[in-house]
Amino acid sequence: MKMRTLTAATMAVVMGVSPALADMVFPSLSYRTGPYAANGIPFADGYEDYFTLMNERDGGIGGVPIKVIECETGYNTEKGVECYESTKGEGALVYQPLSTGITYQLIPKSAADGIPLHTMGYGRTSAANGKVFNTVFNYPANYWNGASAVVNHLLDINDGDIKGKTLALVYHNSAYGKEPIRTLEELAKKHDFELTLLPVDHPGQEQKSQWLQIRREKPDYVTMWGWGVMNATAIQEAANIRYPMENFIGVWWSGSENDVKPVGEKANGYKALNFHGVGDDYPLYDDLKKYVYDAGKAAGAGDQKGTVLYNRGMYAAMLAVEAAKNAQEIHDTKEITPQQMRDGMEALVVTQATMKKLGMPNFGPTFKVSCENHGGPGLVTVNQWDAKAGEWNQITSYGESDMEVIGDLIAEDSSAFAKENKIKEACS
Amino acid sequence: MLYREVGDFKTTYQADGQTFPIAFDRYRYYAVMLFAFAIVPFLLNDYWVKAIALPFLIYSIAAIGLNILIGYCGQVSLGTGGFMAVGAYSCYKFMTGFDIYIPGGEEWVRYALPPLNIFFSVILGGVMTALVGILFGLPSLRIKGFYLAVATLAAQFFLVWVFNKWEWSFNYSASGQITAPERFLFGHAITGPNTEPWATYLFCLVFVTILAIVARNLTRGHLGRSWMSIRDMDIAAEIIGVNPLKAKLTAFGISSFYIGIAGALLFSVYLGAVEVGEVFGIQKSFLVLFMVIIGGLGSIFGSFAGAAFMVLLPVLLKNVLVGQLGWATDIAAHLEFVIVGALIVIFLILEPHGLAQLWRIIKEKLRLWPFPH
Repeated sequence: MKMRTLTAATMAVVMGVSPALADMVFPSLSYRTGPYAANGIPFADGYEDYFTLMNERDGGIGGVPIKVIECETGYNTEKGVECYESTKGEGALVYQPLSTGITYQLIPKSAADGIPLHTMGYGRTSAANGKVFNTVFNYPANYWNGASAVVNHLLDINDGDIKGKTLALVYHNSAYGKEPIRTLEELAKKHDFELTLLPVDHPGQEQKSQWLQIRREKPDYVTMWGWGVMNATAIQEAANIRYPMENFIGVWWSGSENDVKPVGEKANGYKALNFHGVGDDYPLYDDLKKYVYDAGKAAGAGDQKGTVLYNRGMYAAMLAVEAAKNAQEIHDTKEITPQQMRDGMEALVVTQATMKKLGMPNFGPTFKVSCENHGGPGLVTVNQWDAKAGEWNQITSYGESDMEVIGDLIAEDSSAFAKENKIKEACS
Repeated sequence: MLYREVGDFKTTYQADGQTFPIAFDRYRYYAVMLFAFAIVPFLLNDYWVKAIALPFLIYSIAAIGLNILIGYCGQVSLGTGGFMAVGAYSCYKFMTGFDIYIPGGEEWVRYALPPLNIFFSVILGGVMTALVGILFGLPSLRIKGFYLAVATLAAQFFLVWVFNKWEWSFNYSASGQITAPERFLFGHAITGPNTEPWATYLFCLVFVTILAIVARNLTRGHLGRSWMSIRDMDIAAEIIGVNPLKAKLTAFGISSFYIGIAGALLFSVYLGAVEVGEVFGIQKSFLVLFMVIIGGLGSIFGSFAGAAFMVLLPVLLKNVLVGQLGWATDIAAHLEFVIVGALIVIFLILEPHGLAQLWRIIKEKLRLWPFPH
């Protein structure tokens, strides 16, 4: 009897000393097929390549190797559910579905399963209120910051007065596209401009009537919440009616190379928001070349590097890795659980020094996540497309958005959600 | 040898007219029911229920519904997605408290029913859809074939547009999405994130079982015969005294009831949050139509077989190609389209009457086995 206990104790010690390090699992709910593939592919490639780099260069995060499980959603919510259920058992640490529709489905599930959800620049905006949405994060910027940034940019170029100007919103007729409407309506009241809403139905190839209306009403500015084929179609239609491109501002999901390149020269001057840097002029790319591209380990076709969405995917992976490192530090363990990952995300601080250390100096804004604020500061910049050079240029610095208006809306929407689902607002 | 009527004597009319006249079939049916009700609930986990069991059960209901309309009554409909949306949105309204606004004094006053139990919300979702289905079935009295298909196609687009536009239908939520709040039945969560796999499974299974038995018996009875006579030749049917108005509208109503229940379950139990354009678009109409055609027109078993084929095959292919063979997800996804598409074509060439007909042929052969002469 005594012998047996001893053996058991020894076994426990041995196992405690050298635990078999399980992989850190980062599922990638990507879409490389369907009408949104043009935008889904670069993001998925960037996301995966960064994790590959971490594995190849640093041996994972804190010595624990990373495992990326890719699951094709086709931007379809039913497949998204299947992907979530099939990957969550593998020990998934964080989900980034890159779809507002799938996000809405995963929000209650992530709360129930305790797996954090990072919806970077998409998803449910009011998730910025961490007191209600404990496991959902949408730093560094959300749609309402985007809507406000559009208006702020208009204020900038009009010397602070856009009274009586007209702004048309061309939006994807879905949860995604409808997100900014409330903010824009509030801002329209505040700054006294006129807002026209022009919905475009999925998948967005048919926009003749919307642009006919724009041609007739001649709004001073057009802004767009589009995705996938809808983007390029809209820019083409704008070019067809000779709408001045510099008055056409897309959100960050309507501002990738794939959206403007099909239109060619005529897309010159088109503007789009962004919350991170563009191009491949960063030291990190040298490492990526050395460890990933030249080693033949690039995800997908490997032809997306340096594009806006590739960079965004990489940025998403980078923030996930930083949060995981954070979690390892906070809980003093190598093998983190999704719950600990959540804590790491909530305590995430990104400064210029961190960005520089990671080989991405000035790539994104500095920000700090807290329980009260899961959304970050919402610093947004405006990019402009140079068709000749074939590149995006950052034309403004990272600007603050109108948190006065947005803060109220977030409080209102999140408290409605809390009431509906009987959640007590609290910071644990 | 085992599979034959011989020796299985029936002494009552009831026994003679039962669904499964062959003893072997009957026992198989009891075994399947026992397995589905008593054993499967213990085997299910989150993945199996969300990826396989729920979609299969829910699409089976939709396929039975559409089969009643197309397979039994011969009225082509492309509005399935729209009708499912009606079911989903009515279920949502009833489960969150159906409200109306009546002008009273200065402001509109809101009168609301208390939130209903999820079971009744789903049923009422079906009832509302039946009403809408009858409404959109009215043109079927004048037009048929392709023209009716186009009229129902209009219903599809109109209904999706309504639920996108009409803010009351999604309780004025900012995103235009409907999200199922947590609802309980006998103390167990049926909707919302904290459901047990077996609870949602049994909830849907009960609906499927009842609806399938009802459908089977309806189609064998007076109503079913009048539908089939309309399908086979409407003028002849009218001459022998079948009322086309009644036959066609009941077919539309009952079919829509089934489809509405499927939509309500799809939204509340399976997905939890729904965006009308994405979930209930024209693709859904085609998906259910394919199920019916592949499964076999005019067969309840065919509806199950078709739903299983269309729901399970992609999941199976994905698991084999990506999970087992480790292929890139995009290649696997594209190949999935190719394989499923090719199989549909091959099936329809080899057996134009669907999987149900295959099953019938097998049964015929089984009867003679092992002495085919």
